[in-house]
Amino acid sequence: MKPMRTLAWMSLLIGGFSLATVFDGGASWAHAENVEVKAVTWGQMTVDEKLDALQASALKLDESGAVSGSGIYVDSDVLWVCLAAFLVFFMQAGFAMVETGFTRAKNACNIIMKNLMDFCLGTLAFWIVGFALMFGVSYHGWFGTSGFFYDAGNNSFDWAFLLFQTVFCATAATIVSGAMAERTKFIGYLAYTVAITVIVYPIFGGWVWNGAGWLAGLGFRDFAGSTVVHSVGGWAALAGAIVLGPRMGKYVGKEIKAIPGHNIPIAALGVFILWFGWFGFNPGSTTAIGGGDFALIAVATNISGAAGALGAMICSWICFKKPDISFTLNGALAGLVAITAGCNCISVPYAALTGLLAGFLVVGACVLIDRLRVDDPVGAISVHGVCGAWGTLAVGLFAGDAGLFCGGGLGLLGTQALGVAVAFLWAFPASMGIFLAIKATIGLRVSPEEEAEGLDLIEHGIHAYPPSIVTVTGAVAPAAGVPTSFALPAAAPGAAGVALESA
Amino acid sequence: MKLIIAVIQPNRLEAVKAALAEVEVFRLTVMDVQGFGRQRGHTEMYRGHEFTVNLVRKVQLTIAVNDAFLQPTVDAIIKGGRTGPDGAIGDGKIMILPLEECIRIRTGERGGAAI
Repeated sequence: MKPMRTLAWMSLLIGGFSLATVFDGGASWAHAENVEVKAVTWGQMTVDEKLDALQASALKLDESGAVSGSGIYVDSDVLWVCLAAFLVFFMQAGFAMVETGFTRAKNACNIIMKNLMDFCLGTLAFWIVGFALMFGVSYHGWFGTSGFFYDAGNNSFDWAFLLFQTVFCATAATIVSGAMAERTKFIGYLAYTVAITVIVYPIFGGWVWNGAGWLAGLGFRDFAGSTVVHSVGGWAALAGAIVLGPRMGKYVGKEIKAIPGHNIPIAALGVFILWFGWFGFNPGSTTAIGGGDFALIAVATNISGAAGALGAMICSWICFKKPDISFTLNGALAGLVAITAGCNCISVPYAALTGLLAGFLVVGACVLIDRLRVDDPVGAISVHGVCGAWGTLAVGLFAGDAGLFCGGGLGLLGTQALGVAVAFLWAFPASMGIFLAIKATIGLRVSPEEEAEGLDLIEHGIHAYPPSIVTVTGAVAPAAGVPTSFALPAAAPGAAGVALESA
Repeated sequence: MKLIIAVIQPNRLEAVKAALAEVEVFRLTVMDVQGFGRQRGHTEMYRGHEFTVNLVRKVQLTIAVNDAFLQPTVDAIIKGGRTGPDGAIGDGKIMILPLEECIRIRTGERGGAAI
């Protein structure tokens, strides 16, 4: 009976919620009726109507020759922002594949569910609360106060902007999933997703991207979100990984064990998808096509990503004698993250340097964080947190107009460093508090038995693959000293192997 | 009658099958198995950490033969199973067991005629 009653309550809640949105959205519907366009073809128009249509679509030039506000011009900006938002949305698939590939087969369903639901919950929470706190009328530069249940009426550009900012917010949220993989209670993760999309991300984002934000007022620059999106997500991931503790079998005595991911090709596909999505993330952050800046931004983005992969490959080749695939994949993302802040003001050669250094940095950071016994299965803290911070500082070093190496002195570098520090001092403690609160109430970590069995079976009731495959892949774990229950079936052929040897 | 159990490298299976066909051994059961020998598997590298994969994939052949076929069959498995002219570590083993009885299910024939 009890589950049925819960279900009834949930339907009531959802019903009430939809009613509230209907009332809220009423105004915009009436609006839509007013502006309804008569569907007529060119041939059916009168001469006056044709002239009006031409007037509306023509480009207007001012005395200096600058182009401004015609219908088609504004519409093309809307189209560009929407296309960019669609590309950034696809990055969710990239994150899902990277995280699935870098973790074990017994947790694949859980990873997919986390990546799906953080986007869905994040979309709703950001529309209801987050967008208002980030872009609403600012309270002394600290947080927005208007635009809850955001409604842009008949302003197409504002709708496009909401979509674009929603997918950005979801990116910050989903970064956390990877660092907390393979041991987090599903309901606890969902709770955190709501918290980051209504508190951690939009508050900091408003400081930088709300026109009245206090960090923006100091001259802090983060064009597309190295800090706002990636560092904030990365520091939240750090807090999550610390509160959770490492996966069972990761740190045994003094040894650091490898827990290999189960599908490297899927992880690689995820990185390619993320890279593709980045062509929306950075070039789309122009939110306008005027001047065509997006082309140079796309090139800088691409160059930095390529240099990042190269840097990480060289670094891992030197350090570990082999060009490590997972580090090289991390390196591509590190380069992309690093150039995100300065893709509009760092020249192409410096973009290559920014990416290359990010590639070295990400390998070093992964090794260091591992030595500190913070278990980050996919390298999210290093890629997004550390390289996001590096990229933001790189603006102070390489920005064409004010960077240290471009004759700009230390001013901008100092401001950038302040912004990087503020991001950490906000996102890390705030997330830490939220994770501790979740841990104390609904619980953050699954039981050791569930962790051993895999989250798929216990949390979601199904394996991602035929059980024989999951078992075989799980057999890698006992080799690394992990006391999972999958060690039991794996031990049988092992025993046979011993018999073979003694014979 | 003997039962031959041979554990070989998966990538030598086609060569062993060809060698067996040359000596007219056309009856064969193949299984995917995992195991390790004296080397205890091999090491791999993931994100800067070495780890041991001690259960290595092998292929196991089970062949029942009449005594006259025993030596040609064993020779064929050795010929096809060796990696390179001198063989290599991990090429596997052949074990020979006495076979008490053999029965063809379809006809109920017993002994050597059933093999």
